[in-house]
Amino acid sequence: MEKIRYERPVIKKLNTGVMNKYGTRTEYTPVTNIDGARVKDLISEFGSPLFVMSEQTIRKTYKDAVRAFTTRYPKVQFAWSYKTHYNNAICSVFHQEGSWSEVVSGFEYNKALLNGVPGNKIIFNGPDKTDDDLILAINNESMIHIDHLDELYRIIELTDELKKRPKVAIRVNMDTGVYPMWDRFGFNYESGQAWDAINKIILTNKMDLIGLHTHIGTFMLTPSAYAVAATKLLDLAFHIKSKFGKNITYIDMGGGFASRNTLKGSYLMGADSVPTFDDYAEAICSALLNSEYSKEDLPLLILESGRSLVDEAGFLLGTVLANKRLSDGRKATIMDFGVNILFTSFWYEHKISPAQEFSHYTEDSVIYGPLCMNIDVIRENITLPPMKKGDNVVVHTVGAYNMTQWMQFIAMRPNIVMIDMDGKPHLIRKKETLEYMNSLEITPEYLKDFKL
Amino acid sequence: MKIKKNVAISESGFIFNPTTGDSFSTNPIGLEIIRMLKDDKSKDEIRKSILSKYITDESTFEKDYYDFVMMLQTNQVADDSE
Amino acid sequence: MKQKITVAVSGLNNIDSPGPGIPVIRALKESKDFDVRIIGLSYETLEPGLYMHDLVDKSYQIPFPGAGIDSLLERIYYIHNQEKLDVIIPNFDAELANFMKIEPLLKSDLGISMFLPTQEQFDERHKANLFEFGEKHGVDVPFSKMMFNTSEIPVISKEFSYPMVVKGKFYDAYIAYNAEQVANYFNKISAKWGLPIIIQEYVFGSEVNVTALGDGKGNAISAVPMRKLFITDKGKAWAGISLDDEELVNIANRVISSSKWRGGMELEFIKTAENKYYLLEINPRFPAWVYLAAGCGQNQPEALVKLALGQNVPPYKAYDIGKMFIRYSFDMIVDLKEFEQISTIGEL
Repeated sequence: MEKIRYERPVIKKLNTGVMNKYGTRTEYTPVTNIDGARVKDLISEFGSPLFVMSEQTIRKTYKDAVRAFTTRYPKVQFAWSYKTHYNNAICSVFHQEGSWSEVVSGFEYNKALLNGVPGNKIIFNGPDKTDDDLILAINNESMIHIDHLDELYRIIELTDELKKRPKVAIRVNMDTGVYPMWDRFGFNYESGQAWDAINKIILTNKMDLIGLHTHIGTFMLTPSAYAVAATKLLDLAFHIKSKFGKNITYIDMGGGFASRNTLKGSYLMGADSVPTFDDYAEAICSALLNSEYSKEDLPLLILESGRSLVDEAGFLLGTVLANKRLSDGRKATIMDFGVNILFTSFWYEHKISPAQEFSHYTEDSVIYGPLCMNIDVIRENITLPPMKKGDNVVVHTVGAYNMTQWMQFIAMRPNIVMIDMDGKPHLIRKKETLEYMNSLEITPEYLKDFKL
Repeated sequence: MKIKKNVAISESGFIFNPTTGDSFSTNPIGLEIIRMLKDDKSKDEIRKSILSKYITDESTFEKDYYDFVMMLQTNQVADDSE
Repeated sequence: MKQKITVAVSGLNNIDSPGPGIPVIRALKESKDFDVRIIGLSYETLEPGLYMHDLVDKSYQIPFPGAGIDSLLERIYYIHNQEKLDVIIPNFDAELANFMKIEPLLKSDLGISMFLPTQEQFDERHKANLFEFGEKHGVDVPFSKMMFNTSEIPVISKEFSYPMVVKGKFYDAYIAYNAEQVANYFNKISAKWGLPIIIQEYVFGSEVNVTALGDGKGNAISAVPMRKLFITDKGKAWAGISLDDEELVNIANRVISSSKWRGGMELEFIKTAENKYYLLEINPRFPAWVYLAAGCGQNQPEALVKLALGQNVPPYKAYDIGKMFIRYSFDMIVDLKEFEQISTIGEL
């Protein structure tokens, strides 16, 4: 007699009546392959845990975003937000699609240069730019977005030394009716700081003010806030035109579009409730088009989207290490990946799918990571089919920030592969090794000798 | 370990405990184990039956059986006398 | 000869704080033009409507809104395959967002009709936006402001006078008589429902409500006003009476014609001693007392089904004044077999 696939026996109380297979949020549809590459094969070739990026999804999402804006506005340029995912292969996909780069540190700036991005297609944001960074950016004619007055004065000093006219924009923060207000970056609009800075730049006549930049927040669920922000930036642009007779070349609306992740505590699934690129584009583009600008004078619209372009393209494959029964009767499943490499689980209810076929019976469980720390919780409460040691799972929508903010803690950071357009996996970042980690450390000679 | 006599078990995996008024649902393999327990089968017999029917190994069964039986007791579907 | 149709209805939780499902079904069952087969859609296995076989012909469990649109669609395809649905009437606030998104798809793919408000209408009547809604559509709404931080209290206190109402984004409202209470309620509500908190001018008067139906083109097909005569400890109507209040009907008509409201709705007002009406809330669906409208001669659920099916529906003119409803609870005797069936296979 042929044996049947085994499933752990489970029993579930029905007293509240909500716990049958139609009632609760279940994520048990198995995901056995990503873009045609089998999850099992990926894990056996590259190990577990493993980050997988889908080139197909990146290109598709990017094209969708570009379409949403270019069908509504004549001049649009995206600049890839390096901090979201600065793996060179990922950046190169965006550059192939036509994206400039947006960086916030000397490290990112040099990464972009090495990736082959021309200096004048790099936007340099952020409060931390060293003298070396500024000199490099000025010589390369990059777009320097000034964050504070100290930086403005330093650039003025540097122009005298370098005998160059830097291309600059200022970052403006403002009240768009959205809480919290990001007033720690750039110059405030309402208090007149921004207008002051503009006057200083133009009147000192040492650099060219070519753009205005804002970034109103992150994971913004209200597109209308962008309309408010665009209107306020245009208002500044008009003042500049009427006082100095100068046209601004571009308006940079920053990023902050939400991805299809589900924020903790939200009732509806993120994928069903977050605004689409079309919603954001409609808000921003109508604000620009409804302004008093003539069609020829309309500024270039720059977008620095990161999360919304790459989050969905990222998957984390993992393996069940163990099952446990907690003292209160709940089931706990321990995975081989923790918050050290999936720190976005602090604020998202990441969707997790089993990577093999299951029956429709489910259990409520907690998903823990492998770290010896109480905070290492991936999902507080999830309904999944009974899984056993060695079973694989796929965590969805992890492409943004995880692979730049991950921590090397207790274990090494895992491999990243990208599945190309033909379903073929490419290793794009090697797993760290003990040798590599140790190569950065120096033990003073006198400590090397001990007896135990 | 015995399934309480008055516990009603139906084909669909629906279990009703008339003493407490609680109802439960279980998956097919859970139902199979509960039936065998109800028929006073020993743990050994149950193990043999499951191992011969399903693709699994002794230690997995051991672990899962222990956990399942504990849940039956916690939910008062079974009593904990040997 | 009555037209035979199959209508799926949710909100079968006919408990002490009832959902509108059963009242909607009762009204449909009394239709003069339709012979209605009712398919119940339930989220929980103890929703009383599941077991009311004289009203609900067959029931199916559907996934909670949080499970996402894909699982909802999958389930509706399955149900449609069994039952050939003509119309779906969702009755829960929390499920409307998902149903609104799939309305065009269900129509084009399966030929199932719904008659829901548009996303824009749904959004602009949200509590946080109601004041702007009132300004836009010419209805008095108590002055209100959003608050994100307790540090705003001193500023806000200058714009309002005490007492003021402190409200949550979705639920909960408290009357605060001083700044300490505002801070207290702010913390209490924000912990539960998040931000923003809405501060609203306190308006004293009696509560009057209207159940209404808009055809999406600016016509009010029906509007029936009611005053609650007695409320339960949960603030729900225990008994109510239909009113002869032309002004109130006019305001409802104005809201519908200006917003081009599509579908059923409930408007909640406070009527002050000076006979001024303040709009407190708009629910984007029929209220649980909608059967009173049918009892007064304006069968709103029936009219909604006609609108959904694309039939021409002339506005109702008159309704019976002084008709009362008195709610009662009723213990059904149910066999465990039925509970087992809905619990294990999700159908009953």
